[in-house]
Amino acid sequence: MQDIDLSRQGETFLCRSFSKGVKTMKYETVVGLEVHVELSTNTKIFCSCANEFGGEPNTHACPICTGMPGVLPVLNEKVVEYAAKAGLALNCEIANFSKMDRKGYYYPDLPKAYQISQFDLPICNNGYVMINTDGKEKKIRILRIHMEEDAGKLLHEGTLGSKVDYNRCGVPLIEIVTEPDLRSADEAKDFLDTLKAAMEYVGVSDCKMEEGSLRCDVNVSVRPLGSEKLGTRCEMKNVNSFSAAYKAIKYEAQRQIELLEDGEEIVQQTRRWDDEKGKTFAMRGKEEAHDYRYFPDPDLVPVVLTDEQIEGYRKSLPELASAKKGRYIEELGLSEYDAGVLTSSKYIADYFETALKEYDKPKKLANWVMGDLLRILKDEGILPENMQSNPKLMVEAMKLVDDGVVNVTVGKNVFEEAFRTNKKPEQIVEEKGLKQISDTGELEKMIKELIAENPKPAEDYRAGNKKALTFYVGQIMKATKGKANPKIVNEIIIKEIEG
Amino acid sequence: MESYELTLKQTIKKIKSGELLPSELTKDYIERIKSVEGDIDALNETEFDSALKKAKDMDEKIKSGKAGALAGVPYILKDNMCTKGLKTTCSSRILGDFVPPYNATVVDKLAEADAVLLAKANMDEFAMGSSTENSAFKKTNNPFDFSRVPGGSSGGSAAAVASKQAAFALGSDTGGSIRQPASYCGVVGMKPTYGVVSRYGLVAFASSLDQIGPLTKTVEDSAIVLNAIAGHDKKDSTSISAEFSDFTEGLDKDIKGMKIGVPKEYFGVGLDSEVKASIDKAIKTFEELGAAVEETSLPTFDYALSAYYIISSAEATSNLSRYDGVKYGYRADEFEDIVDLYKQTRTEGFGDEVKRRIMLGNYVLSSGYYDAYYLKAQKIRTLIKQDFDNLFEKYDLILSPTAPSVAFKAGEKEDPMAMYMIDIYTVPINIAGLPAISIPSGLNTEGMPIGLQLIGKPLSEKTILNAGHRFEQARGDFPLPKL
Amino acid sequence: MRVSEEEVNRIANLSRLKMGEDISQMQKNLEDVLSHFEKLNELDTSNVKPTAHILPVENVYRKDEVVESMDRDLLTDNAPQREDGCYIVPKIVE
Repeated sequence: MQDIDLSRQGETFLCRSFSKGVKTMKYETVVGLEVHVELSTNTKIFCSCANEFGGEPNTHACPICTGMPGVLPVLNEKVVEYAAKAGLALNCEIANFSKMDRKGYYYPDLPKAYQISQFDLPICNNGYVMINTDGKEKKIRILRIHMEEDAGKLLHEGTLGSKVDYNRCGVPLIEIVTEPDLRSADEAKDFLDTLKAAMEYVGVSDCKMEEGSLRCDVNVSVRPLGSEKLGTRCEMKNVNSFSAAYKAIKYEAQRQIELLEDGEEIVQQTRRWDDEKGKTFAMRGKEEAHDYRYFPDPDLVPVVLTDEQIEGYRKSLPELASAKKGRYIEELGLSEYDAGVLTSSKYIADYFETALKEYDKPKKLANWVMGDLLRILKDEGILPENMQSNPKLMVEAMKLVDDGVVNVTVGKNVFEEAFRTNKKPEQIVEEKGLKQISDTGELEKMIKELIAENPKPAEDYRAGNKKALTFYVGQIMKATKGKANPKIVNEIIIKEIEG
Repeated sequence: MESYELTLKQTIKKIKSGELLPSELTKDYIERIKSVEGDIDALNETEFDSALKKAKDMDEKIKSGKAGALAGVPYILKDNMCTKGLKTTCSSRILGDFVPPYNATVVDKLAEADAVLLAKANMDEFAMGSSTENSAFKKTNNPFDFSRVPGGSSGGSAAAVASKQAAFALGSDTGGSIRQPASYCGVVGMKPTYGVVSRYGLVAFASSLDQIGPLTKTVEDSAIVLNAIAGHDKKDSTSISAEFSDFTEGLDKDIKGMKIGVPKEYFGVGLDSEVKASIDKAIKTFEELGAAVEETSLPTFDYALSAYYIISSAEATSNLSRYDGVKYGYRADEFEDIVDLYKQTRTEGFGDEVKRRIMLGNYVLSSGYYDAYYLKAQKIRTLIKQDFDNLFEKYDLILSPTAPSVAFKAGEKEDPMAMYMIDIYTVPINIAGLPAISIPSGLNTEGMPIGLQLIGKPLSEKTILNAGHRFEQARGDFPLPKL
Repeated sequence: MRVSEEEVNRIANLSRLKMGEDISQMQKNLEDVLSHFEKLNELDTSNVKPTAHILPVENVYRKDEVVESMDRDLLTDNAPQREDGCYIVPKIVE
């Protein structure tokens, strides 16, 4: 095994094999994604069982979704609507005519031994998503989106064998397939973030990867930079989070490059990503390509959407991320960067807009949301979609600062406390006695004493070093446990120094 | 006259008038079954206890005046229609002791009409066959000649009606499985337009071809049953939404001027001469009734059988892939892993003919062959449909023999291809989704029944029933075997 | 129309069926039927659209309203093997 130094330069890999002497070949990573998104309808796609996560095994199941003899599927109208809306959010053409097909294969989580999916006439085609990685905007094309049913789950800890739970069987999915336009793990992550946000915006899925409502198969191949021909790709399964996707792409690209550098060929295969080990492994028994024997499902009839209906779906879409971002820039005067961050998640944008209704200072509000809310979410490991806090709390905290009741630093701490405890900011200020000290008399006394005990910074200030003030300010803030009104403290200090 | 000799129409009349008590009637039929079933072997399971209970309930309900259209009428159901709480086998080992926790929609409808379920009838396994010899359990005997087959796959249902074990029976027809056994057993068998009767709860064979229909002694009886079972079902996406009027209305209408076409392709080389003679005679009867009968052509006739076997096998292989020993039914005793479980269970559980069709179906759908077979067959389907559409521009009905011959001796057709050829006159109708009926037209010199087939354009059941009823009246009595 | 033994085995695998001594019989059966299908090549269907659904029906939908699922015991009553409300299969190694 030769020493291989893989230094990342931009999006390409530089590969030097030391034992063979220095040899450099630049490789390009090519990534395509197949993303499965669970739709948040009330019921499953072909039967009226509840579409709910969790629950005791087989308690959301019926003869239809467990494939009993003689039963028949009936398509949920909401699934068609949500699939079309998802397509519109991703700039796709919505097909006027599409149909359902049977995809046959055997696995115990698939009770009919076929999955009802869409083969050659999917509901959406030819879309795209714009991503922005490292300041560069790029279009990632979406080949197609189709509707299909989910399979059940295997629970492996039975004493008699593996246990099969069909609760998830029949949950409606859309499968979003990209063209192999992605060129790095970063781009893939950006794509997934943008996709997730788009789905949240149109409200068709809660996109909770930890609950499996968003799943991703990743196709990776490599090729010499400049080559037009695609390399042999491997499909990676069991990629259960965006960070897993990121790591898996990096690992797999490296694995393939190492093979090529060793003079070996890449075998087209399906590989399983092991997050714990940080590696992919060839999957057992999946080597032979499946013959799915697709044919039109005779139990279901075609889905025909008129142009009017599609227009109707388009009109009923809520404001999407890009439109919102534009509006934030044009109407609210926010910077492109700020607008981008605020609209990156529907939940953050909603929070911001709700707060804005009661506190019409967009720039200030934006700073608090981006600086404080997002920081707290990150620290606490809370995803925006799971955020429970009422935006009113931020508004109240900001108003307390504006009214001079607390200073900005305290105000932000109060907000954080309010976020964590759900207590009203006013209450927190009372309970903790955080009211700003603005009493000039008291402060004057403290400051006079302080300057008397520490004359040097005053001399420095008089000598021209304006920054020398900060010592006094710091001391006063410390002595007042941060509650002193910084503006007044500054004014008094200057007055005392200048005499 | 014994109550089991009555037609359905007569039975209903006597129950309504109070002359016949449902509980007495059911007892009569139970006795009848006990006396003849040993010779016929038409039934898989009898449900005498529940039948008697329901019949007793009907005694009261009739008096109240709130009873359904078929109150107290005993019937037999082909064993591929799910009955809640009652074993449903499709005459296959692979369903094991499967007891559905739901009813087929037709069973619900008949229950609403207050009919009484007597038994589940034997059939070719999963409805694949033309003689009921493919049943995993037993052969059924033709009531006209016990050494002969009753036809299939609804052989049990047809034989039960011919041996008067019920006032009517339900069968299913995918390529002729109601009509051909009706023809072999001297009873009336009807397949409605595709989509008229719900398929929910009918264990699927070929989803785009399957339809449920009645087997009865007379055409009018057929119309009465159709009234009870036809109608839109929101559980079946392929069920038609049209409003159906009373199918028994207009049966006696004059058929003067009705235009009937007789495709010459049905009178080719394989047709038995006595069957031909009987059909020719029937044509004369129609002419005497005032219909204008003329020879015509169905150019794609020769291709229908192949298209049928490709499409039906493909759909069947997919529909039967769920039988795997995991969720219900038979499971092999010994297996190494999940793949072996599937293979052992299915190999042990399915009969030979079913396995043949499963293999054939996967072959025609498999990658590399799909275009040459399945896609081709779907295109042929378009052409066949067009051919019929063209004919129905000129004709009100199409007439033909139901089968090329009378019922054959058990064991006679060993070669699968020879068995497939029997369906040749009936399959084009399923491919085009049309309604059709088989009516006894006469007996051959061996005393075996010959069936006449009338085919109509989609949703023309009333035209078919009208013509069939008038023919029946002109033909006169068609006696069933005295058993 | 020839079907090789290898083909028969491939189809048998797709069908989850085991072929034993009956493999040559199955081979012959398939060949007989497929030979019969050759007849279809007599018709030129290059400009014909396939019929996937014989009914002129489209857009059949169900409202997105929950109906209580079937009681689990009743639903799984027919299972050859059950544990904790789940169907049991031989242990699957992924």
